[in-house]
Amino acid sequence: MMFGGRHMRGLAQGTAKPVEMGKTTRRLLHYFHLYRVGLIALLGLALVGTLLQVAGPYLTGVAVDQFLQFPAATPRPTWLDRLLPVGADRSTGLTITMILLLASYLLAQVAQGGQLYLMNVIGQRVLLTMRTQIFERIQTLSLKFFDRHEAGDLMSRLVNDTQVINQVFSIGLVRALGITMQVIGISIAMVALNWRLALVSFTILPVIVITTVLFSHRARTAFRRSRETLGDVSAELEENIANVREVQAFSREEETMAEFQRVNVANRDAVVTAQTLASAFSPALNVLSTVALAIVIGYGGYLVLTPPAPPTGGGLVSVGVIVSFLAYVRHFYDPIRQLANLYARLQEALAGAERIFDLLDTEPEIVSAPDAIELPPIEGHVVFDHVHFAYKGDEQVLQDINLEALPGQTVALVGPTGAGKTTVVNLLARFYDVDQGAVRIDGYDVRQVTPESLRQQMGIVLQDTFLFSGTVIDNIRYGRLDADDEEVIAAARLANADQFITRLPEGYQTQLGERGRNLSQGQRQLIAIARAVLADPRVLILDEATSSVDTRTELLIQHALDELLKGRTSFVIAHRLSTIRNADQVLTINDGRIIERGTHEELLAARGMYYELYTSQFRRREGT
Amino acid sequence: MKSLLRALQFLKPYWHWAVGTLAAMVIVTVSGLVVPRLTQAIIDQGIAQRNVNLVFWLALAMVGCALLRALFEFLQGTLAARSAQGVAYDMRNALYSKIQSLSFSYHDKAQTGQLLTRATSDVEMVHTFVGMGAVQFVSALLMIAGALALLFLTDWRLALIILVIAPLTFALFGFFAAKARPLFREVQQRLADLNTILQENLGGVRVVKAFVREPYEAERYGNANRDLYTVNLRVGRLVATAMPMIFLMANLGLVAVYWLGGYQAIGGRLTTGEVVAFANYIMMAFFPMLMLGMIIAMIAQAGASAERVFEILDAQSEVVERPDAVELPPIEGCVAFEHVSFRYFHSGRWVLHDVDFVAEPGQTIALLGATGSGKSTIINLIPRFYDVTEGRITVDGQDVRDVTLNSLREQIGIVLQETTLFSGTIRENIAFGQPDAPMEEIVEAARAAEAHDFIVSFPDGYETRVGGRGTTLSGGQKQRIAIARALLLDPRILILDDATSSVDYETEYRIQQALERLMQGRTSFVIAQRIATVLNANQILVLERGRIVARGQHEKLLRESPIYAEIYYSQLGGGLEETAGNVVRDAWCITDTEMTP
Repeated sequence: MMFGGRHMRGLAQGTAKPVEMGKTTRRLLHYFHLYRVGLIALLGLALVGTLLQVAGPYLTGVAVDQFLQFPAATPRPTWLDRLLPVGADRSTGLTITMILLLASYLLAQVAQGGQLYLMNVIGQRVLLTMRTQIFERIQTLSLKFFDRHEAGDLMSRLVNDTQVINQVFSIGLVRALGITMQVIGISIAMVALNWRLALVSFTILPVIVITTVLFSHRARTAFRRSRETLGDVSAELEENIANVREVQAFSREEETMAEFQRVNVANRDAVVTAQTLASAFSPALNVLSTVALAIVIGYGGYLVLTPPAPPTGGGLVSVGVIVSFLAYVRHFYDPIRQLANLYARLQEALAGAERIFDLLDTEPEIVSAPDAIELPPIEGHVVFDHVHFAYKGDEQVLQDINLEALPGQTVALVGPTGAGKTTVVNLLARFYDVDQGAVRIDGYDVRQVTPESLRQQMGIVLQDTFLFSGTVIDNIRYGRLDADDEEVIAAARLANADQFITRLPEGYQTQLGERGRNLSQGQRQLIAIARAVLADPRVLILDEATSSVDTRTELLIQHALDELLKGRTSFVIAHRLSTIRNADQVLTINDGRIIERGTHEELLAARGMYYELYTSQFRRREGT
Repeated sequence: MKSLLRALQFLKPYWHWAVGTLAAMVIVTVSGLVVPRLTQAIIDQGIAQRNVNLVFWLALAMVGCALLRALFEFLQGTLAARSAQGVAYDMRNALYSKIQSLSFSYHDKAQTGQLLTRATSDVEMVHTFVGMGAVQFVSALLMIAGALALLFLTDWRLALIILVIAPLTFALFGFFAAKARPLFREVQQRLADLNTILQENLGGVRVVKAFVREPYEAERYGNANRDLYTVNLRVGRLVATAMPMIFLMANLGLVAVYWLGGYQAIGGRLTTGEVVAFANYIMMAFFPMLMLGMIIAMIAQAGASAERVFEILDAQSEVVERPDAVELPPIEGCVAFEHVSFRYFHSGRWVLHDVDFVAEPGQTIALLGATGSGKSTIINLIPRFYDVTEGRITVDGQDVRDVTLNSLREQIGIVLQETTLFSGTIRENIAFGQPDAPMEEIVEAARAAEAHDFIVSFPDGYETRVGGRGTTLSGGQKQRIAIARALLLDPRILILDDATSSVDYETEYRIQQALERLMQGRTSFVIAQRIATVLNANQILVLERGRIVARGQHEKLLRESPIYAEIYYSQLGGGLEETAGNVVRDAWCITDTEMTP
């Protein structure tokens, strides 16, 4: 995560403080509960690591006092007495101390490695679990949920929030633990070595804490500002790169350039401000820790030279102790700065965690009833019985819809944009649940059967064709995963997609870009039709399935569609006549109501809205 | 590497800041190097000589040094930020203006996402290198040089320790970096894979649900998730081995100093203070070395980023203005294609073969043909979005390649098939081609485009924000705004990519009326999916595989061109002979009488 982590983090940072810190933290910690053993091991390693780390400077101090100075500045500690052979000279003593020092460093690094390893394993496992949970939850949610939440927002939860949680809770938590132990361990060592020196070196502590708090607050605001302005730069870039054709068509290069420079300048200034602030921060802390060092040295030097206390014979402090202290002070103040940092990140992570838990707690609106049954193979007899529906609140989208499609019939839905045609088919596939009334298939209320068994017997070709990145053949196979290549190609032939596919550079194995960008809208629709053909459903829904195909190709598909429609109950939404003309029933929908029904001929003869819609395309000729 | 040096040339306008950064850096390094010397003096001269006063003054000097250092560190930081941001700023501007000037054939090949990445992440990488990497590189070198010099001055034998430790550390670092690089790349790749699956799953949620593919999707995601986990574990294992080993090297250096230095001190060749100072200098040399290692890894990355940035900056637009290009005077609107052939790539398939026609001023030319027959290519050649491969195109007798791009395009109005609105207000979008247009003209254009009514039905009217985070408009509404936009320009030549397929008949009818108003008195090129649009055209060109296979007016073509007839009948859904057809004909007559007062 050394590279690229910064951008990821950036997105989630500007968020508000979490509302229920305690509860969220507990729940988050629950994920780590599974790894109790690992965590205890981690704690043990951290403890050992701290002890060894504290030992290093102490041993150095001992070496300075006992062996570098003559006569020894302080009485020999008893543990060293026991280790030293009787009558050992200074060189032997130094060697033994250094071997101890080396061993303690070696073990400290081993402990460090162990901590890093365990931390990573636990963190990654938690991340794995969390990602899987979120994804699985998303799969169960109904379309109503997706209407309310933008894909980008959901993406950011899965990508950024989990990332931040990982960084803070696996890496950060363990480091915080380690750091806290280190601070405590060092404090104890300092007090034990010389309480006077220890106390004076702590005097700088409050100043450092206050400085850190003040700075980090300001820095956060400044960095948020620079991230926001960078966001503006990206947005501006994205819009204009995507629309470069329009810009060139209208010769607007200069104006858009000026606009871009404006956001670019704003970003430059914001970043300079933030970085100036940051470049004041670390020198300030350095000054403070040097002041601490100077205090230790100055006061320590004074103590060394203070008239000897009668029983010991030396000064109040030895040079070796000062050397140990210099190392301790360095190791003491650095972690405190890191702790302040971690605290800020913790807030962020909790906010992220809260968003994730929100999502995990979202109850799917469409659930199988507890006693839901598998829908047996159906004939395809569809009934809408006094159906009312609103996407939100009381904005009625459908009112009192009644219709019956006998097995094998084709029902065409026509009407102006926004009349509610797509809603009808959405209810049929149970993407949403009706508010009143019922939708029944072969006498089964769709709410009484499992959504899977219902949709498995339906084929849907949607207005906004969605292709997945992958090969053409895989995209068609999406309709029925166990279909072999011949079956897929047969389906493509039937949908008239075979012709253009075989002309692609690698035929059926051609890789499609994001959302099938390298195909035209019409070609994408042909693939979607092939997909539905392959699925071989009892009930077929075509929602504007051929809107972007040119009319000649449409005519060709028409034969395929006629084939496809034969023997299946079909619901067809189309603006074009050809598909509608042969329908068994045409329903004109306006403002959420069925206002006309009958066959094409009957409706034309009735001279109602259908007649209006149908004839409007020819009016032009007379209009001019 | 070469591209990095080239990137550094972007520093030129900011050279005074860059020089300031370097000067500050020297002072910072020197004042840092003095501190261990002071410590040494305190121990040897102060404490050993029992001079309390000296201890006090030396401690004060240390604080003074720290203050001086802090001041210049701050200066160094802020100056470096300024110059690096200047580089990023200039680079982004250069990229932006380059991207805007590149012709359609470049954008056909490039992906939006990629261009965006280059203008953001890659520029950011170069910026980080200039602002941090390069500065720290020099600073680390200075620090190492200073520390080494002091080490050798104090005791050259002891200084040899660093000559053992440093190469060992470098070797270790290099070894781990080499192992880490492909791993990190793999992490990025796996993460991208995971995100693609997620993004597609969210975008295609209806399809997933319609085909009951939730379990399949969960498995796909689960696999990608596990892959990411596995490679992350490998990264973790590597880091858990590498970090302790590298820090152990630093520890070894310390132990060696105290050990060997201790012997020297026992022998009286060094003082205690010198040994302590030595240990400090070893650390001062060691950490910049680690820094160097990281910067070298960064240089490779920044180099690659800089290369990608320059790839765009160096791209040649295929459509370039001739140095002697003249302003195209106000035109009549006579457009002639003279034996035009075209292919997108040098060795690619021919998209147009010998297309030859003349559009007289005020005429409407309808282009008809299947998807991929070359209709869009023809209209893209007129405003010179691409250059012809063979033959030539003239406007009022002038070859389009002889005039300036702006003067040509300003006289051509275009309504593209997929209208995208820019984030901003509706007014700004209509005035896109002419930002200083007075409000009355904008309203007039909107009225003519049948857009006025729906615009004023919004609470904010013409100031309603659209695009990006603004109100979502329906396809038909966007289309009408695009028409208003073209109307406002009042161009002599009009190009319409007719795409009204996703709007209902009623809306389509209104759009058609607006379009017809727009076409009056202008030379118009219309790509029509529907026959109804072309019935009134002065010339209909029927295209098949890049050739004009039939031309003329409706009646003539209906008689003479089987393809045209086929298209025509496909529109009406199966032939006029059937009963339904009779009803339609019947409907026409009725409309006819209704329309006639």
